[in-house]
Amino acid sequence: MICGPRHRRSIILAIALLTLLLPVRAEAHLPTIGLGPVYDGIFHLLLSPEDLIPAIALALLAGQRGAGSSRRVLWFLPVAWFVGGFTGMLIGTPRGSALTCFSFLLLGGLIAANTKPSVPLTTALAAMLGFFHGYLNGSGINRFNDGAYFLLGLALAVFVIVALFTSFVIPLRRQWALIVVRVAGSWIAASGLLMLGWALR
Amino acid sequence: MKASKETTTRFAIILFSFLLYAQAVEAHVHKGEAVSFLSGLKHPISGLDHVVAMIAVGLWGAQLGAPAIWVLPVAFPMVMAFGGMLGLLGVPLPGMEIGIAASAILLGAAVMTELRPPIALAAALVGFFAIFHGYAHGSELPPGESGLLYSLGFVMATGCLHAAGISIGLVHRWNWGQRALRVVGAAIALAGIFFMWKVFA
Repeated sequence: MICGPRHRRSIILAIALLTLLLPVRAEAHLPTIGLGPVYDGIFHLLLSPEDLIPAIALALLAGQRGAGSSRRVLWFLPVAWFVGGFTGMLIGTPRGSALTCFSFLLLGGLIAANTKPSVPLTTALAAMLGFFHGYLNGSGINRFNDGAYFLLGLALAVFVIVALFTSFVIPLRRQWALIVVRVAGSWIAASGLLMLGWALR
Repeated sequence: MKASKETTTRFAIILFSFLLYAQAVEAHVHKGEAVSFLSGLKHPISGLDHVVAMIAVGLWGAQLGAPAIWVLPVAFPMVMAFGGMLGLLGVPLPGMEIGIAASAILLGAAVMTELRPPIALAAALVGFFAIFHGYAHGSELPPGESGLLYSLGFVMATGCLHAAGISIGLVHRWNWGQRALRVVGAAIALAGIFFMWKVFA
């Protein structure tokens, strides 16, 4: 026997200690979740209320208008988000995030007022909103690899969110259920107004 | 005895080695956002003056019936957010506490007497008082928290208090319910007088 059990335990303990001292890569400024860039994009949307709520708001607005608007938003919003993100990733600087309050104000106000904008107008709103929010997201990730996959995950999450919320609102017929959607719009607009206060503060 | 001491020492070493484990640096990660949301959610329900006034809005809406039952909860958050914005910007609003106490007195009295003014007048009265309540929420934000989540929290909590008032107010369809609502209105007005007394005491 080269060494006794006590000696062996000490060696194992020393190895365990050395393993624990292994440095982990510092991840400052990198909100990754460790599952890869596509999941990072998905979780970014789900964990960022400043992006998630406008996407939900547009889905509610399109749902109030009906299936035609909803179908347009379902495709236009994720594509515009991806295109905006790609543009932001290539040329953007992360500025203008304070302007997200206007997405809240505009969409929340339209839902609360039950305006039911036309299909082309809703499509234009989806394109502008998607491009703007995507641009802000893209400009924040321009220094990382796999940015396109991140944006793909983001766009997929937007697609799913729009699909879920429009399919929830379109079949609503009861008066109280329609009012609940309008109340949700007023909450979103109210939050936007307060965000404006934060931005001006 | 000696073996036991040795085991304790080993455990202590292992435990200590965990303290040396290198953690990922999380500079600028959005921390405390849940706390912000909960702070906002808690704010309107932490003060009895806010609670009774918000419930009175719901009760009055239920007594007035359509369209007041949905106009008030849709309009109130937006006007309240305007008051919150004034608070955030530091715009002076003298007599804020008086306004909040007066809202409980007048809204409680309206419920007690089943006052039925034109819808525009009812909305204007409720909106006027909403500014004072919003101002209080906006100016009392705990430092270092997420503005958006705090805003969402207090808008949602206020909306839930309205919903609670409306739900209670549904007993208005029965005779005993109408009497009970008047009693609740009187209690709210009395609470308002107490709040007013506290302001000047």
